[in-house]
Amino acid sequence: MTARIFALSDGNSFYCSCERVFDPALEGRPVIVLSNNDGCAIARTPEAKALGIQMGDPWFKIRDQATAAGVVARSSNYVLYGDMSRRVNDVYRRYARDVEIYSIDESFLDFTSDADAADRAREMRATVRRWTGIPTCVGLGPTRTLAKVANHLAKKRPELDGVCDLTDPARRDTLLPSVEVADVWGVGRASAAKLRAVGVTTAADLRAMDPRAARALLTVTGERLVLELAGVLCADLELTPPVRKGIAVTRMFGRPITDLDEMLEAVASYVARAGEKLRQHGLASADMTIFFHTAAHAAGPPRSVSGRAALWSPSCDTTTMIAAGTAVVRRLWAPGFRYAKAGVMLDDLVRPGATTGDLLAAADPRRDQLMAALDQVNRRHGRGALVPARAGLAKRWATKADMRSPAYTTRLSETPIARA
Amino acid sequence: MATRIGVSVRLGEGQPLPFMGASLCAGFPSPADDYLEEALDPAQLIVTNPTATFVWRITGRSMIGRGINDGDYVVVDRSLAPRADDAVVAVIDGQPSAKRVIRLRGGRLALDFDNPAMSPLVLDEASEAMIWGVITWSLTPHRPAPR
Repeated sequence: MTARIFALSDGNSFYCSCERVFDPALEGRPVIVLSNNDGCAIARTPEAKALGIQMGDPWFKIRDQATAAGVVARSSNYVLYGDMSRRVNDVYRRYARDVEIYSIDESFLDFTSDADAADRAREMRATVRRWTGIPTCVGLGPTRTLAKVANHLAKKRPELDGVCDLTDPARRDTLLPSVEVADVWGVGRASAAKLRAVGVTTAADLRAMDPRAARALLTVTGERLVLELAGVLCADLELTPPVRKGIAVTRMFGRPITDLDEMLEAVASYVARAGEKLRQHGLASADMTIFFHTAAHAAGPPRSVSGRAALWSPSCDTTTMIAAGTAVVRRLWAPGFRYAKAGVMLDDLVRPGATTGDLLAAADPRRDQLMAALDQVNRRHGRGALVPARAGLAKRWATKADMRSPAYTTRLSETPIARA
Repeated sequence: MATRIGVSVRLGEGQPLPFMGASLCAGFPSPADDYLEEALDPAQLIVTNPTATFVWRITGRSMIGRGINDGDYVVVDRSLAPRADDAVVAVIDGQPSAKRVIRLRGGRLALDFDNPAMSPLVLDEASEAMIWGVITWSLTPHRPAPR
């Protein structure tokens, strides 16, 4: 039997790289991408890291210095990153037997084959770069944990040219001592401290631990880490995504809301988005909670409220959900506060039809058609192209994204422009 | 009730719609029912490698020599290796632009405009140029949408 080989491939500074593909003038410049509401830095190019910008640095604190140093900041553009991620994974599927999408910029690949895995990884990396413009790093190993360590090394050591192969035990013996234990996948800050206390400071030290001792120190997770670092396969690719238990849509407002009508708009638009997510997964829910609150450290009196909406049977109909949601907002509303954030949470997700019949929910098939049409319009013309009137059009409260690039790859009205 | 068989093409109001099968009332089943095919999708013609294909918009007249006009959409395939006489999206000193690939004496490839009224492109010694992708189609509207 051919030995299993796993690859972990991820995009280098993925969000920033997506921005650079369509704005090549950003090449070589320090670029950062900010979290929702332009809060803090969540992606940085090496040039930005070299300036000392840390992950999570709040934008309002670093703005003046960063701008003076020539840093280009962008609001996060998940429409673009999602489409580019899909393309990158399409390329992976040409080279791998199976692909487990681990996050928007990271995938585990089943690279098991008789051919030279490192050669294939190099070819895949070159193809991703050519076809999508996204630079990646690839780590190879006999387990996912070792593939992840290899990926870490591929990123840290430029001389490896983006591909690190730890399938060979001799190579692991050479390289594992150079990896800090805190950089091993699954070792959190607390675990790293416990390990250091017993003299385990590198990935090689961890591998050399007695699995039973690791279990005593870090539960079964620790035992698995030791085994996986030694090349013993404990966990295969997870190819079926776990069933969703709940859906949440929560956002900070771009500026505080003090007006009931604006709160109704904001909540209605979050409910509309939640309904869209439900339908996308073929689910429905009768358990909807609405909440809103003031900012934690803001001036003014604090208030935080939440309440359950009265949905009599599981629904995925945006209009029904908005009616129930707005009733909750009216019930919870109190003037005189500066609300900073609201959200909607759906629990007890079920497949429609899987529940006992409900006379009240004598379903009108035209409602399903209406929702299907709504989703289709929003897929084709961009999210928010067609919204229930309750969600408002002005959206003065909307999340700040002052520096967002266009949806280059998904909207005809926002394609990149080439001079001729 | 009248029974119409075949494809109805109505001019004036609305889209022509395939009309076979479903809406027929009692009578003869359509002989074409077993032969229904998907409607033509022009995207299949112009996008052969969707993973590597992107759409750009052109502004300017330096490529009209080969029929790429101001305001056209162009389909760009990044998976193709550029060769002489391709139209490409190139990045010159960080600026994306449409160019033609030409073969110089000695075989080297270079970039140029494609507009007979323009003199050849001259790049600075220090300029950096790379090819972003090969233009495989340009879409010129022959009855532009009313503004």
